[in-house]
Amino acid sequence: MPLIMPYLRKVFAIVAKDVVAELRTREMLSSMFVFSLLVILIFNFAFDLRAENQKTLAPGVLWVAIAFAGMLGLSRSFIMEKDRGSIEGLLLTPVDRSAIYLGKMLGNVLFISVVEIVILPIFVVLFNLSARDLPLLVGVMILGTIGFAGVGTLFSAMVIHTRAREVLLPILLFPVVIPVMLSAVKLTAAILDRLPFADVQNWFSLLVAFDAIFMALSFILFDYVMEE
Amino acid sequence: MVGSALNQIEIRRLVKAFGNRAVLKGVDLTVAEGEFLTLVGPNGAGKTTLMNVISTLTKPTGGLVRVAGYDLADGAVAVRRQIGLVSHKTLLYDDLSAEQNLRFYARMYDVPNVEARIETVLRRVGLWGRQRDPVRTYSRGMQQRLAIARAMLHDPPILLLDEPDTGLDQHAAAMLTDLLHEVGATRRTVLMTTHNLDRGLELGDRVAILAGGRIAYQAAKSELDAEQFREVYYQYVKQRV
Repeated sequence: MPLIMPYLRKVFAIVAKDVVAELRTREMLSSMFVFSLLVILIFNFAFDLRAENQKTLAPGVLWVAIAFAGMLGLSRSFIMEKDRGSIEGLLLTPVDRSAIYLGKMLGNVLFISVVEIVILPIFVVLFNLSARDLPLLVGVMILGTIGFAGVGTLFSAMVIHTRAREVLLPILLFPVVIPVMLSAVKLTAAILDRLPFADVQNWFSLLVAFDAIFMALSFILFDYVMEE
Repeated sequence: MVGSALNQIEIRRLVKAFGNRAVLKGVDLTVAEGEFLTLVGPNGAGKTTLMNVISTLTKPTGGLVRVAGYDLADGAVAVRRQIGLVSHKTLLYDDLSAEQNLRFYARMYDVPNVEARIETVLRRVGLWGRQRDPVRTYSRGMQQRLAIARAMLHDPPILLLDEPDTGLDQHAAAMLTDLLHEVGATRRTVLMTTHNLDRGLELGDRVAILAGGRIAYQAAKSELDAEQFREVYYQYVKQRV
Protein backbone atom coordinates (compact mmCIF):
# COMPACT_ATOMS: atom_id res chain seq x y z
CA MET A 1 0.00 0.00 0.00
CA PRO A 2 1.63 3.29 -1.04
CA LEU A 3 2.31 5.88 1.67
CA ILE A 4 -0.81 7.97 1.63
CA MET A 5 0.46 11.59 1.71
CA PRO A 6 3.18 11.36 -0.96
CA TYR A 7 0.73 9.28 -3.01
CA LEU A 8 -2.00 11.91 -2.74
CA ARG A 9 0.48 14.72 -3.52
CA LYS A 10 1.20 13.01 -6.83
CA VAL A 11 -2.47 12.42 -7.53
CA PHE A 12 -3.16 16.13 -7.03
CA ALA A 13 -0.08 17.09 -9.08
CA ILE A 14 -1.67 15.24 -12.02
CA VAL A 15 -5.04 16.95 -11.43
CA ALA A 16 -3.32 20.37 -11.15
CA LYS A 17 -1.34 19.77 -14.34
CA ASP A 18 -4.52 18.89 -16.27
CA VAL A 19 -6.35 21.93 -14.86
CA VAL A 20 -3.47 24.33 -15.72
CA ALA A 21 -3.21 22.86 -19.25
CA GLU A 22 -6.99 23.22 -19.72
CA LEU A 23 -7.02 26.79 -18.41
CA ARG A 24 -4.35 27.67 -20.98
CA THR A 25 -6.49 26.54 -23.93
CA ARG A 26 -10.04 26.12 -22.56
CA GLU A 27 -10.64 23.86 -25.57
CA MET A 28 -12.16 20.94 -23.71
CA LEU A 29 -14.38 22.82 -21.25
CA SER A 30 -15.80 25.13 -23.88
CA SER A 31 -16.61 22.27 -26.27
CA MET A 32 -18.18 20.23 -23.44
CA PHE A 33 -20.25 23.21 -22.33
CA VAL A 34 -21.46 24.18 -25.81
CA PHE A 35 -22.31 20.57 -26.61
CA SER A 36 -24.31 19.99 -23.43
CA LEU A 37 -26.12 23.30 -23.87
CA LEU A 38 -27.04 22.38 -27.44
CA VAL A 39 -28.42 19.02 -26.31
CA ILE A 40 -30.61 20.66 -23.66
CA LEU A 41 -31.82 23.36 -26.06
CA ILE A 42 -32.57 20.93 -28.89
CA PHE A 43 -34.54 18.61 -26.61
CA ASN A 44 -36.32 21.58 -25.09
CA PHE A 45 -37.54 22.78 -28.46
CA ALA A 46 -37.97 19.33 -30.04
CA PHE A 47 -40.45 18.05 -27.48
CA ASP A 48 -43.75 19.59 -26.66
CA LEU A 49 -42.99 20.40 -23.05
CA ARG A 50 -46.35 20.71 -21.44
CA ALA A 51 -46.45 20.62 -17.67
CA GLU A 52 -47.53 16.97 -17.55
CA ASN A 53 -44.65 15.56 -19.61
CA GLN A 54 -41.88 17.93 -18.55
CA LYS A 55 -40.87 15.89 -15.55
CA THR A 56 -40.96 12.67 -17.55
CA LEU A 57 -38.52 13.96 -20.15
CA ALA A 58 -36.27 16.20 -18.07
CA PRO A 59 -34.18 13.48 -16.31
CA GLY A 60 -33.36 11.77 -19.59
CA VAL A 61 -32.44 15.05 -21.26
CA LEU A 62 -30.17 16.03 -18.37
CA TRP A 63 -28.26 12.74 -18.36
CA VAL A 64 -27.96 12.57 -22.14
CA ALA A 65 -26.38 16.05 -22.02
CA ILE A 66 -24.01 15.03 -19.20
CA ALA A 67 -23.05 11.72 -20.82
CA PHE A 68 -22.34 13.21 -24.25
CA ALA A 69 -20.42 16.16 -22.84
CA GLY A 70 -18.55 13.82 -20.50
CA MET A 71 -17.62 11.64 -23.46
CA LEU A 72 -15.96 14.65 -25.11
CA GLY A 73 -13.87 15.18 -21.99
CA LEU A 74 -13.00 11.51 -21.54
CA SER A 75 -11.94 11.10 -25.14
CA ARG A 76 -9.35 13.82 -24.59
CA SER A 77 -8.11 12.55 -21.26
CA PHE A 78 -5.55 9.92 -22.30
CA ILE A 79 -5.86 10.23 -26.06
CA MET A 80 -4.39 13.76 -25.94
CA GLU A 81 -1.52 12.53 -23.78
CA LYS A 82 -0.86 9.77 -26.30
CA ASP A 83 -1.15 12.00 -29.37
CA ARG A 84 1.17 14.62 -27.93
CA GLY A 85 3.65 11.99 -26.77
CA SER A 86 3.48 12.98 -23.11
CA ILE A 87 1.95 9.70 -21.89
CA GLU A 88 5.39 8.04 -21.69
CA GLY A 89 6.64 10.93 -19.54
CA LEU A 90 3.75 10.35 -17.15
CA LEU A 91 4.32 6.58 -17.08
CA LEU A 92 8.03 7.08 -16.41
CA THR A 93 7.41 8.91 -13.15
CA PRO A 94 8.10 6.85 -10.01
CA VAL A 95 4.51 6.47 -8.88
CA ASP A 96 2.15 3.57 -8.58
CA ARG A 97 0.09 3.40 -11.78
CA SER A 98 -3.07 3.68 -9.67
CA ALA A 99 -2.03 7.26 -8.77
CA ILE A 100 -2.10 8.12 -12.48
CA TYR A 101 -5.57 6.58 -12.78
CA LEU A 102 -6.84 8.42 -9.73
CA GLY A 103 -5.37 11.76 -10.85
CA LYS A 104 -6.86 11.44 -14.32
CA MET A 105 -10.21 10.26 -12.94
CA LEU A 106 -10.46 13.17 -10.49
CA GLY A 107 -9.56 15.56 -13.30
CA ASN A 108 -12.38 14.13 -15.41
CA VAL A 109 -14.84 14.37 -12.50
CA LEU A 110 -13.77 17.99 -12.01
CA PHE A 111 -14.22 18.95 -15.67
CA ILE A 112 -17.61 17.23 -15.97
CA SER A 113 -18.69 18.85 -12.67
CA VAL A 114 -17.76 22.32 -13.93
CA VAL A 115 -19.97 21.76 -16.99
CA GLU A 116 -22.77 20.46 -14.75
CA ILE A 117 -22.55 23.53 -12.50
CA VAL A 118 -23.03 25.76 -15.55
CA ILE A 119 -25.80 23.79 -17.28
CA LEU A 120 -27.84 22.89 -14.20
CA PRO A 121 -29.36 26.38 -13.67
CA ILE A 122 -30.09 26.62 -17.40
CA PHE A 123 -31.72 23.21 -17.28
CA VAL A 124 -33.84 24.18 -14.24
CA VAL A 125 -35.05 27.34 -15.99
CA LEU A 126 -35.75 25.74 -19.38
CA PHE A 127 -37.65 22.82 -17.90
CA ASN A 128 -39.51 24.94 -15.31
CA LEU A 129 -38.18 22.94 -12.39
CA SER A 130 -38.14 24.00 -8.77
CA ALA A 131 -34.89 25.29 -7.26
CA ARG A 132 -35.86 23.36 -4.10
CA ASP A 133 -34.85 20.13 -5.87
CA LEU A 134 -31.33 21.35 -6.57
CA PRO A 135 -29.51 19.94 -3.47
CA LEU A 136 -30.78 16.41 -4.07
CA LEU A 137 -30.15 16.73 -7.81
CA VAL A 138 -26.55 17.75 -7.09
CA GLY A 139 -26.14 14.66 -4.89
CA VAL A 140 -27.31 12.35 -7.68
CA MET A 141 -25.15 14.18 -10.20
CA ILE A 142 -22.07 13.68 -8.03
CA LEU A 143 -22.70 9.92 -7.72
CA GLY A 144 -23.53 9.57 -11.42
CA THR A 145 -20.49 11.59 -12.48
CA ILE A 146 -18.12 9.52 -10.32
CA GLY A 147 -19.47 6.29 -11.82
CA PHE A 148 -19.32 7.61 -15.38
CA ALA A 149 -15.83 9.16 -15.05
CA GLY A 150 -14.48 6.20 -13.05
CA VAL A 151 -15.20 3.66 -15.78
CA GLY A 152 -14.68 6.21 -18.56
CA THR A 153 -11.13 6.99 -17.43
CA LEU A 154 -10.21 3.31 -17.51
CA PHE A 155 -11.74 2.84 -20.97
CA SER A 156 -10.12 6.02 -22.21
CA ALA A 157 -6.75 4.51 -21.23
CA MET A 158 -7.69 1.17 -22.80
CA VAL A 159 -8.36 2.59 -26.25
CA ILE A 160 -5.21 4.70 -26.62
CA HIS A 161 -3.32 1.88 -28.33
CA THR A 162 -6.06 1.35 -30.91
CA ARG A 163 -6.43 3.18 -34.21
CA ALA A 164 -10.11 4.22 -34.16
CA ARG A 165 -9.96 5.24 -30.51
CA GLU A 166 -12.38 8.20 -30.63
CA VAL A 167 -15.03 5.94 -32.19
CA LEU A 168 -14.23 2.95 -30.02
CA LEU A 169 -14.49 4.76 -26.69
CA PRO A 170 -18.28 5.46 -26.75
CA ILE A 171 -18.99 2.04 -28.28
CA LEU A 172 -17.18 0.32 -25.41
CA LEU A 173 -18.18 2.68 -22.64
CA PHE A 174 -21.91 3.26 -23.07
CA PRO A 175 -22.99 -0.39 -22.65
CA VAL A 176 -20.93 -0.64 -19.45
CA VAL A 177 -22.32 2.56 -17.90
CA ILE A 178 -25.96 1.63 -18.57
CA PRO A 179 -26.49 0.88 -14.83
CA VAL A 180 -25.15 4.35 -13.93
CA MET A 181 -27.29 6.10 -16.51
CA LEU A 182 -30.44 4.14 -15.60
CA SER A 183 -30.03 4.69 -11.86
CA ALA A 184 -29.19 8.35 -12.30
CA VAL A 185 -32.23 8.94 -14.55
CA LYS A 186 -34.57 7.06 -12.18
CA LEU A 187 -33.24 8.94 -9.14
CA THR A 188 -33.49 12.30 -10.93
CA ALA A 189 -37.08 11.51 -11.93
CA ALA A 190 -37.90 10.54 -8.34
CA ILE A 191 -36.51 13.85 -7.06
CA LEU A 192 -38.53 15.86 -9.58
CA ASP A 193 -41.69 13.84 -8.78
CA ARG A 194 -41.02 14.14 -5.02
CA LEU A 195 -41.30 10.39 -4.56
CA PRO A 196 -40.31 8.91 -1.18
CA PHE A 197 -36.76 7.54 -0.97
CA ALA A 198 -38.04 4.01 -0.33
CA ASP A 199 -39.47 3.92 -3.88
CA VAL A 200 -36.03 4.37 -5.43
CA GLN A 201 -33.78 2.89 -2.77
CA ASN A 202 -32.83 0.02 -5.11
CA TRP A 203 -31.67 2.45 -7.79
CA PHE A 204 -29.68 4.38 -5.22
CA SER A 205 -28.03 1.18 -3.98
CA LEU A 206 -27.24 0.13 -7.55
CA LEU A 207 -25.58 3.48 -8.26
CA VAL A 208 -23.47 3.42 -5.08
CA ALA A 209 -22.51 -0.23 -5.62
CA PHE A 210 -21.56 0.44 -9.25
CA ASP A 211 -19.36 3.37 -8.19
CA ALA A 212 -17.61 1.32 -5.51
CA ILE A 213 -17.13 -1.87 -7.55
CA PHE A 214 -15.99 -0.23 -10.77
CA MET A 215 -13.67 2.21 -8.98
CA ALA A 216 -12.00 -0.70 -7.20
CA LEU A 217 -11.79 -2.72 -10.44
CA SER A 218 -10.38 0.21 -12.40
CA PHE A 219 -7.82 0.80 -9.67
CA ILE A 220 -6.61 -2.80 -9.94
CA LEU A 221 -6.82 -3.14 -13.73
CA PHE A 222 -5.19 0.15 -14.70
CA ASP A 223 -1.64 -1.22 -14.51
CA TYR A 224 -2.53 -4.00 -17.00
CA VAL A 225 -4.36 -1.57 -19.26
CA MET A 226 -1.33 0.72 -19.56
CA GLU A 227 0.92 -2.15 -20.61
CA GLU A 228 1.37 -1.95 -24.39
CA MET B 1 18.30 -4.29 -3.78
CA VAL B 2 20.25 -7.02 -5.52
CA GLY B 3 22.87 -7.34 -8.24
CA SER B 4 26.29 -5.94 -8.87
CA ALA B 5 26.98 -2.39 -7.70
CA LEU B 6 29.46 -2.03 -10.56
CA ASN B 7 26.90 -2.67 -13.28
CA GLN B 8 24.19 -0.05 -13.29
CA ILE B 9 22.42 -1.80 -16.16
CA GLU B 10 22.54 -5.56 -16.41
CA ILE B 11 20.60 -7.43 -19.08
CA ARG B 12 20.67 -11.20 -19.49
CA ARG B 13 18.95 -13.21 -22.25
CA LEU B 14 16.33 -10.51 -22.73
CA VAL B 15 13.49 -11.48 -25.04
CA LYS B 16 10.67 -9.18 -26.09
CA ALA B 17 8.00 -10.35 -28.48
CA PHE B 18 4.91 -8.60 -29.81
CA GLY B 19 2.53 -11.45 -30.55
CA ASN B 20 4.51 -14.03 -32.53
CA ARG B 21 7.16 -11.54 -33.63
CA ALA B 22 10.24 -11.47 -31.44
CA VAL B 23 12.00 -8.09 -31.59
CA LEU B 24 14.66 -8.83 -28.99
CA LYS B 25 15.89 -12.43 -29.20
CA GLY B 26 18.26 -12.80 -26.27
CA VAL B 27 20.05 -9.54 -25.56
CA ASP B 28 23.01 -9.65 -23.16
CA LEU B 29 24.38 -6.25 -22.19
CA THR B 30 25.92 -4.53 -19.19
CA VAL B 31 26.68 -0.88 -18.58
CA ALA B 32 29.09 -0.13 -15.75
CA GLU B 33 28.65 2.72 -13.29
CA GLY B 34 29.80 6.00 -14.86
CA GLU B 35 30.14 4.46 -18.32
CA PHE B 36 28.76 6.03 -21.54
CA LEU B 37 27.64 3.21 -23.82
CA THR B 38 26.48 3.94 -27.34
CA LEU B 39 24.17 1.42 -28.97
CA VAL B 40 23.84 1.59 -32.74
CA GLY B 41 21.74 -0.45 -35.09
CA PRO B 42 19.63 -0.21 -38.24
CA ASN B 43 15.93 0.72 -38.22
CA GLY B 44 13.86 -2.06 -36.71
CA ALA B 45 16.79 -3.57 -34.82
CA GLY B 46 14.93 -3.15 -31.53
CA LYS B 47 16.81 -0.17 -30.04
CA THR B 48 13.68 1.66 -28.92
CA THR B 49 12.09 -1.57 -27.68
CA LEU B 50 15.21 -2.21 -25.59
CA MET B 51 15.04 1.34 -24.19
CA ASN B 52 11.33 0.91 -23.44
CA VAL B 53 12.04 -2.30 -21.52
CA ILE B 54 14.90 -0.75 -19.50
CA SER B 55 12.80 2.33 -18.70
CA THR B 56 9.85 0.10 -17.55
CA LEU B 57 7.51 1.32 -20.30
CA THR B 58 7.25 -2.22 -21.69
CA LYS B 59 7.43 -5.49 -19.80
CA PRO B 60 9.94 -8.05 -21.10
CA THR B 61 8.71 -11.40 -22.41
CA GLY B 62 11.65 -13.23 -20.88
CA GLY B 63 15.11 -12.78 -19.44
CA LEU B 64 16.47 -10.66 -16.64
CA VAL B 65 16.87 -6.90 -16.45
CA ARG B 66 18.41 -5.10 -13.48
CA VAL B 67 18.74 -1.35 -13.33
CA ALA B 68 20.65 0.31 -10.48
CA GLY B 69 20.46 -3.04 -8.71
CA TYR B 70 16.67 -3.29 -8.89
CA ASP B 71 15.03 -6.13 -10.75
CA LEU B 72 12.46 -4.80 -13.23
CA ALA B 73 10.02 -7.56 -12.33
CA ASP B 74 9.43 -6.31 -8.80
CA GLY B 75 11.14 -2.92 -8.56
CA ALA B 76 9.74 -0.92 -11.49
CA VAL B 77 8.85 2.13 -9.38
CA ALA B 78 12.34 2.17 -7.79
CA VAL B 79 13.93 1.85 -11.25
CA ARG B 80 11.94 4.80 -12.57
CA ARG B 81 13.37 6.97 -9.81
CA GLN B 82 16.92 6.08 -10.90
CA ILE B 83 16.56 6.88 -14.60
CA GLY B 84 16.03 9.88 -16.84
CA LEU B 85 14.88 9.23 -20.41
CA VAL B 86 15.42 11.49 -23.39
CA SER B 87 13.88 10.16 -26.58
CA HIS B 88 13.01 11.56 -29.99
CA LYS B 89 9.66 12.45 -28.40
CA THR B 90 10.05 15.29 -25.91
CA LEU B 91 7.54 13.87 -23.35
CA LEU B 92 6.52 17.46 -22.59
CA TYR B 93 3.16 19.20 -22.40
CA ASP B 94 3.23 21.79 -25.15
CA ASP B 95 0.39 23.90 -23.72
CA LEU B 96 2.38 24.38 -20.51
CA SER B 97 5.42 26.58 -20.11
CA ALA B 98 8.88 25.12 -19.48
CA GLU B 99 8.56 26.10 -15.84
CA GLN B 100 5.13 24.47 -15.47
CA ASN B 101 6.34 21.29 -17.15
CA LEU B 102 9.34 21.03 -14.86
CA ARG B 103 7.29 21.92 -11.76
CA PHE B 104 4.89 19.07 -12.56
CA TYR B 105 7.71 16.56 -13.02
CA ALA B 106 9.48 17.85 -9.91
CA ARG B 107 6.37 17.05 -7.84
CA MET B 108 6.10 13.60 -9.37
CA TYR B 109 9.78 12.87 -8.55
CA ASP B 110 9.70 14.49 -5.05
CA VAL B 111 12.48 16.91 -6.04
CA PRO B 112 13.51 19.10 -3.07
CA ASN B 113 13.92 22.91 -3.48
CA VAL B 114 11.85 22.79 -6.64
CA GLU B 115 12.19 26.40 -7.83
CA ALA B 116 15.98 26.51 -7.35
CA ARG B 117 16.40 23.19 -9.12
CA ILE B 118 14.22 24.33 -12.06
CA GLU B 119 16.36 27.44 -12.45
CA THR B 120 19.56 25.37 -12.30
CA VAL B 121 18.53 22.91 -15.01
CA LEU B 122 17.01 25.59 -17.24
CA ARG B 123 20.20 27.68 -17.04
CA ARG B 124 22.20 24.59 -17.83
CA VAL B 125 20.30 23.97 -21.07
CA GLY B 126 20.23 27.68 -21.93
CA LEU B 127 16.48 28.18 -21.60
CA TRP B 128 16.34 30.43 -18.55
CA GLY B 129 14.67 33.59 -19.84
CA ARG B 130 12.13 31.63 -21.92
CA GLN B 131 10.86 29.67 -18.91
CA ARG B 132 7.36 31.21 -18.98
CA ASP B 133 6.73 30.65 -22.68
CA PRO B 134 4.51 27.72 -23.73
CA VAL B 135 6.59 24.82 -25.02
CA ARG B 136 4.67 24.88 -28.34
CA THR B 137 6.39 28.19 -29.15
CA TYR B 138 9.86 26.58 -28.85
CA SER B 139 11.88 25.34 -31.81
CA ARG B 140 12.53 21.59 -32.05
CA GLY B 141 16.08 22.13 -30.73
CA MET B 142 14.83 24.12 -27.73
CA GLN B 143 12.21 21.47 -26.97
CA GLN B 144 14.88 18.79 -27.03
CA ARG B 145 17.07 20.82 -24.66
CA LEU B 146 14.09 21.16 -22.36
CA ALA B 147 13.59 17.39 -22.62
CA ILE B 148 17.17 16.96 -21.36
CA ALA B 149 16.42 19.38 -18.49
CA ARG B 150 13.33 17.29 -17.66
CA ALA B 151 15.33 14.07 -17.69
CA MET B 152 18.02 15.55 -15.40
CA LEU B 153 15.62 17.36 -13.06
CA HIS B 154 15.66 14.65 -10.39
CA ASP B 155 19.40 14.14 -10.85
CA PRO B 156 19.16 10.48 -11.90
CA PRO B 157 22.33 8.37 -11.79
CA ILE B 158 21.33 6.73 -15.12
CA LEU B 159 20.43 8.52 -18.34
CA LEU B 160 18.79 6.72 -21.24
CA LEU B 161 19.04 8.59 -24.53
CA ASP B 162 16.96 7.10 -27.33
CA GLU B 163 18.04 8.77 -30.58
CA PRO B 164 17.99 12.20 -28.93
CA ASP B 165 19.25 13.93 -32.10
CA THR B 166 16.34 12.86 -34.35
CA GLY B 167 14.82 15.81 -36.20
CA LEU B 168 17.42 18.34 -35.06
CA ASP B 169 19.21 20.65 -37.47
CA GLN B 170 23.03 20.76 -37.45
CA HIS B 171 23.25 23.68 -35.04
CA ALA B 172 20.80 22.13 -32.58
CA ALA B 173 22.50 18.74 -32.89
CA ALA B 174 25.87 20.35 -32.12
CA MET B 175 24.38 22.01 -29.02
CA LEU B 176 22.94 18.68 -27.97
CA THR B 177 26.35 17.05 -28.42
CA ASP B 178 27.93 19.72 -26.17
CA LEU B 179 25.27 19.07 -23.56
CA LEU B 180 25.84 15.33 -23.76
CA HIS B 181 29.59 15.88 -23.36
CA GLU B 182 28.76 17.76 -20.15
CA VAL B 183 26.51 14.92 -19.05
CA GLY B 184 29.28 12.44 -19.80
CA ALA B 185 31.69 14.56 -17.77
CA THR B 186 29.44 14.24 -14.70
CA ARG B 187 30.14 10.48 -14.71
CA ARG B 188 26.55 9.48 -14.90
CA THR B 189 25.83 6.11 -16.41
CA VAL B 190 24.56 6.77 -19.93
CA LEU B 191 23.07 4.41 -22.49
CA MET B 192 22.46 6.13 -25.82
CA THR B 193 21.00 4.74 -29.04
CA THR B 194 21.72 6.55 -32.28
CA HIS B 195 21.88 6.17 -36.06
CA ASN B 196 24.79 8.57 -36.19
CA LEU B 197 27.90 6.40 -36.01
CA ASP B 198 30.32 9.33 -35.72
CA ARG B 199 28.43 10.99 -32.87
CA GLY B 200 28.00 7.64 -31.17
CA LEU B 201 31.70 6.93 -31.31
CA GLU B 202 32.60 10.48 -30.27
CA LEU B 203 30.43 10.43 -27.16
CA GLY B 204 30.61 6.83 -25.97
CA ASP B 205 33.26 5.09 -23.87
CA ARG B 206 32.10 1.86 -25.45
CA VAL B 207 30.00 1.07 -28.51
CA ALA B 208 27.70 -1.86 -29.20
CA ILE B 209 25.81 -2.94 -32.30
CA LEU B 210 22.28 -4.27 -31.99
CA ALA B 211 21.32 -6.28 -35.05
CA GLY B 212 18.81 -9.06 -35.56
CA GLY B 213 17.50 -8.67 -32.01
CA ARG B 214 20.88 -9.43 -30.40
CA ILE B 215 24.03 -7.57 -29.40
CA ALA B 216 26.13 -8.48 -32.41
CA TYR B 217 29.30 -6.64 -31.45
CA GLN B 218 30.74 -4.47 -28.70
CA ALA B 219 34.09 -2.82 -28.14
CA ALA B 220 35.75 -0.04 -26.16
CA LYS B 221 36.24 3.21 -28.04
CA SER B 222 39.97 3.00 -27.47
CA GLU B 223 40.04 -0.19 -29.56
CA LEU B 224 38.43 1.41 -32.62
CA ASP B 225 38.73 4.36 -34.99
CA ALA B 226 35.79 5.79 -36.94
CA GLU B 227 36.64 4.07 -40.23
CA GLN B 228 37.11 0.69 -38.60
CA PHE B 229 33.85 1.05 -36.68
CA ARG B 230 31.92 1.93 -39.83
CA GLU B 231 33.27 -1.17 -41.57
CA VAL B 232 32.39 -3.40 -38.64
CA TYR B 233 28.91 -1.85 -38.43
CA TYR B 234 28.04 -2.39 -42.10
CA GLN B 235 29.45 -5.92 -41.97
CA TYR B 236 27.19 -6.89 -39.04
CA VAL B 237 24.15 -5.08 -40.35
CA LYS B 238 24.52 -6.76 -43.78
CA GLN B 239 24.81 -10.18 -42.14
CA ARG B 240 21.58 -9.69 -40.20
CA VAL B 241 19.41 -8.19 -42.95
